[in-house]
Amino acid sequence: MPEIPSSAIESSRERPRIGVYVCHCGTNIAGIVDVRAIVEFAAKLPGVVVSRDYKYMCSDPGQALIQQDIAEHHLNRVIVASCSPLLHEATFRRVLSRAGLNAFLLQMVNIREHVSWVHLNQREATEKTKDLVRAAVRRVSLHKPLQKRRVSINPHVLVVGGGIAGIHAALTLAEAGKQVYLVEREPTIGGHMAKFDKTFPTLDCAACILTPKMTAVGSHPRIHLWTYSEVVRVEGYVGNYKVKVRRKPRYVIEDLCLGCQECVTACVYKEAKNPDEFNLGLSKRKPVYLPFPQAVPQKVVIDPQTCIQFKSGKCKKTCVEACGDRKAIDFTQKETIEDIEVGTIILATGFKTFDPVRNPYYGYGRYANVYTSLEVERLINASGPTAGEIVLRDGGQPKAVGIIHCVGSRDANTNRWCSKVCCMYSLKLAHLIKERTGAEVYNFYIDMRTPGKGYEEFYDRLLDEGVHFVRGRVAEVSDWATHPSEKGRLVIRVEDTLAAFVRRIPVDMVVLSVGMEPQPDAQDVRRLFNISCSTEGWFLERHPKLAPVSTFTEGVYIAGACQGPKDIPDSVAQAGAAAAEAMALIDAQFVELEPYTAFISEDQCSGCKTCIPLCPYQAISYMEEKKKAAINEVLCKGCGTCVAGCPSGSIQQNFFEDEEIFEEIEGVLAYA
Amino acid sequence: MPEKPKVAFYWCASCGGCEEAVVDLAEAILDVIAAVDIVFWPVALDFKRKDVEAMPEGSILVSFVNGAIRTSEQAEMAHLLRSKSKLLVALGACAHLGGIPGLANLFDRESILKAVYLEAPSTVNPEGSLPTTHHKDDGHSVELPGFYNTVQALNQVVEVDYSVPGCPPTPRIFRTALQTLLGDELPAKGTVLAPDCALCDECPRKDSKPEQLSIVEFKRPQQLLIDEQKCLLAQGLLCMGPATRAGCEALCVRGNMPCSGCCGPTSRVKDQGAKILSSLASLVAGKEAAEIDRILATIPDPVGTFYRYSLPASLLHRKQLDRASLHEAAASK
Ligand SMILES: Cc1cc2nc3c(=O)[nH]c(=O)nc-3n(C[C@H](O)[C@H](O)[C@H](O)COP(=O)(O)OP(=O)(O)OC[C@H]3O[C@@H](n4cnc5c(N)ncnc54)[C@H](O)[C@@H]3O)c2cc1C
Ligand code: SF4
Ligand code: SF4
Ligand code: SF4
Repeated sequence: MPEIPSSAIESSRERPRIGVYVCHCGTNIAGIVDVRAIVEFAAKLPGVVVSRDYKYMCSDPGQALIQQDIAEHHLNRVIVASCSPLLHEATFRRVLSRAGLNAFLLQMVNIREHVSWVHLNQREATEKTKDLVRAAVRRVSLHKPLQKRRVSINPHVLVVGGGIAGIHAALTLAEAGKQVYLVEREPTIGGHMAKFDKTFPTLDCAACILTPKMTAVGSHPRIHLWTYSEVVRVEGYVGNYKVKVRRKPRYVIEDLCLGCQECVTACVYKEAKNPDEFNLGLSKRKPVYLPFPQAVPQKVVIDPQTCIQFKSGKCKKTCVEACGDRKAIDFTQKETIEDIEVGTIILATGFKTFDPVRNPYYGYGRYANVYTSLEVERLINASGPTAGEIVLRDGGQPKAVGIIHCVGSRDANTNRWCSKVCCMYSLKLAHLIKERTGAEVYNFYIDMRTPGKGYEEFYDRLLDEGVHFVRGRVAEVSDWATHPSEKGRLVIRVEDTLAAFVRRIPVDMVVLSVGMEPQPDAQDVRRLFNISCSTEGWFLERHPKLAPVSTFTEGVYIAGACQGPKDIPDSVAQAGAAAAEAMALIDAQFVELEPYTAFISEDQCSGCKTCIPLCPYQAISYMEEKKKAAINEVLCKGCGTCVAGCPSGSIQQNFFEDEEIFEEIEGVLAYA
Repeated sequence: MPEKPKVAFYWCASCGGCEEAVVDLAEAILDVIAAVDIVFWPVALDFKRKDVEAMPEGSILVSFVNGAIRTSEQAEMAHLLRSKSKLLVALGACAHLGGIPGLANLFDRESILKAVYLEAPSTVNPEGSLPTTHHKDDGHSVELPGFYNTVQALNQVVEVDYSVPGCPPTPRIFRTALQTLLGDELPAKGTVLAPDCALCDECPRKDSKPEQLSIVEFKRPQQLLIDEQKCLLAQGLLCMGPATRAGCEALCVRGNMPCSGCCGPTSRVKDQGAKILSSLASLVAGKEAAEIDRILATIPDPVGTFYRYSLPASLLHRKQLDRASLHEAAASK
């Protein structure tokens, strides 16, 4: 930690000479707070030398005003009463630095968010502002000069999740020369996008645009691709994370497997018997399998749950025979733990689709011909279970198909949010189904939401193609026929809100456009990486507009659908942004951390050990020889937990020392 | 022969234990007597208030006052001794922090007088008479000390130079304090004359305290066979050691009893009870609200445990007074 110049410490011991600056924020503050009254009030407070107001304190002239006063009036403390410190603390700290004062001799009073925006009564707002300014004056007198800490940044990056977002982030970073560890839970990367046949609105083939990126990841010299793996532990801090990754055994030695799949053909199971996860159970696979033809890495996996060798130990192991000299199959493989060190982390763990069993009135799981949209993506896919032909579960081909939008979205009973992509993919599916089967296709929607480049045009095109659109939330899907034309079919009951009557539409296939949900383990992952989730469970960005891929944990970024529903273009854009944020840190080579760390005075500590387990960042340890506790300043994030917990008050926190807080409280309460 | 420094002792709301502590100095008391001239000590020597009133201002070097302030007479004596003394020292937990009498701050005067003079099973008071400050009988009238609503520590009534902690201060604490006061270099005003570190520091059981404590039940000493070597908190006993000033050499803990907190908090802590609470809260094993409640319910008498000696001096200070008592309290000031 850089030393604080002794002149700065001297200046802090001098009698406080405080400058108070009250901002109008246009009319934001001045419209409700009597700014003049505050200026006059502050001028009389002990230690205050200058008290002024200005229309926009944060503007260049506003800043210059403070800087000039510091020089002219030899100010050694500054108070700016304006907006939230989140917005402009950095701005005003820079002003102090430029004027030769230690930046931490500043105190901000938030009289916009905390006062003018939440009060209607001018007198009350003005009185409250006075209390807050008085508190700040009393607090700032105790401020000590502090110095930011610098920590170096390890240039390696961890990307978690190998969907399109993770893939794009990993490639961008690797292309820029960074070492990347890409950890994917499944045996292959690709995520949801790998399951699609075409993508909206351009209808380009998903595999054609995704496969090259996937193989690029697989063969990139700077990407360590660890599939079938999960992060189990994260320690450390920005620039210096220590991560443990568990690599599950695939019972196939990756370096030896060529992906020829001769073992798959040779497996004692002549017929595939087990539900194929990649095809969502619409087809079968063998115990040894490649998830899908373009899987990356092109390495087979053995599923111990279904493999005879694992179940009975008595298999003829025809697969091993077929593999022959390559000797890639290893039934004794054990899971391994890899320890890596990285400086930054990008989370791209994606989403899950809504489980329509929760909406029983749509008959999913009850009627064979009710499908989820994701299943239909597989049905339509040329490399899917039916080679792209739409064959129903009962073997027939549909003559009429109903696509129900917003299943598990925009619904107070399930999820309130709009999943953003369903209207567009429903249009895509409508087009593809019509193209492949010539069936009549009905879209049941609440509102059509097609904002995006080329999206509305795509909708127009579908209208021209003769797809039917019925505005209304579907009440029920049933097989209850009230008319001979409905016999043996599925009947969709819906209130057509444009025509204003209830309709019954018989179809042969129902597609449920299921919405996007946070991953079921989002909370565990959030805790693992020490970030936050929104109430819905999406990973929370630091700022919805200005820091959309940053999190509240320095050095951890989020990209893609784990942050909220979004389509591929947005996921890729975020992935690029996250990669850029990581690179900005890496290229700066160091990061400055706030100096709000806690410290233990050794002669005061009784060694009671209360604090040690309290620290969420494992920053506190017990020194056996001295029988006292000590805080590792680099690990301390300044959360303050130990400070509150120490029963003998032997831990103090920079910028939040007890006296500073008590003075502030007393200042607020000391109304005349 | 130069004049010996004059020393006074006085006794306010306390049990008398601090007086004992002075006597407990054993042979050392002779040294004290040899070194100083005791000019006022109602418990042992026959001096009266008027004798003190007659002394010149500042003529006493040190006055040791033990006990909390709970009556008007005690407040008057505190002011009197303050004016006659160079140094005024709060001796023992009651003068230092309010002490056990300070727990009366959980009630107010009316309810205390009612309980003692009217309701207690051992009380015989057919006329239902209550203490008053003025009493007339047979044409004679007497003035009696008033009983305050609130018990206060000495420094909440007069300026105090130093405090000697403990209930009562151990002979060692008292001796060291005396040496300091009679010595040449006086510590900063307001200092508590004992180490400024918590008790665990000098506890013989410290090494046995685990780094990760997780308490599933708080126990009282009679509920278990106490391991004589192991940290008491680790055995579920509510030891106040981590939040209590050291200096006593962990006498209670050596006697197999948990520290009850008599030496008060360290200089850095404003509220001993709140501090031990926030540290204990983090040791409670439960995660669910119901389980946490169950564990916390095993703490007997939380205020009496966490604030046994320090309620008046704490941020809590007292139970809120109702409006009528508040007015009265303001009027009596
Ligand atoms: C039916 C349907 C059709 C769609 N069609 C289109 C379309 O045509 N055009 C379009 O633009 N968008 C479409 N979308 C949206 C598109 O699927 C998403 O925008 C995109 O998949 C988001 O990519 P992602 O990488 O963020 O997440 P995902 O694709 O979900 O990838 C996340 C990856 O992370 C892995 N993972 C998860 N948790 C962990 C963990 N803890 N550790 C390691 N790995 C983990 C997962 O296994 C997965 O591989 C469609 C969505 C649906 C549901
Ligand atoms: S303030 Fe204390 S508990 Fe919080 S991170 Fe720092 S050392 Fe750990
Ligand atoms: S809680 Fe306080 S006294 Fe106890 S070990 Fe930690 S710093 Fe020392
Ligand atoms: S908690 Fe009590 S018994 Fe345990 S080490 Fe501290 S003082 Fe000793």
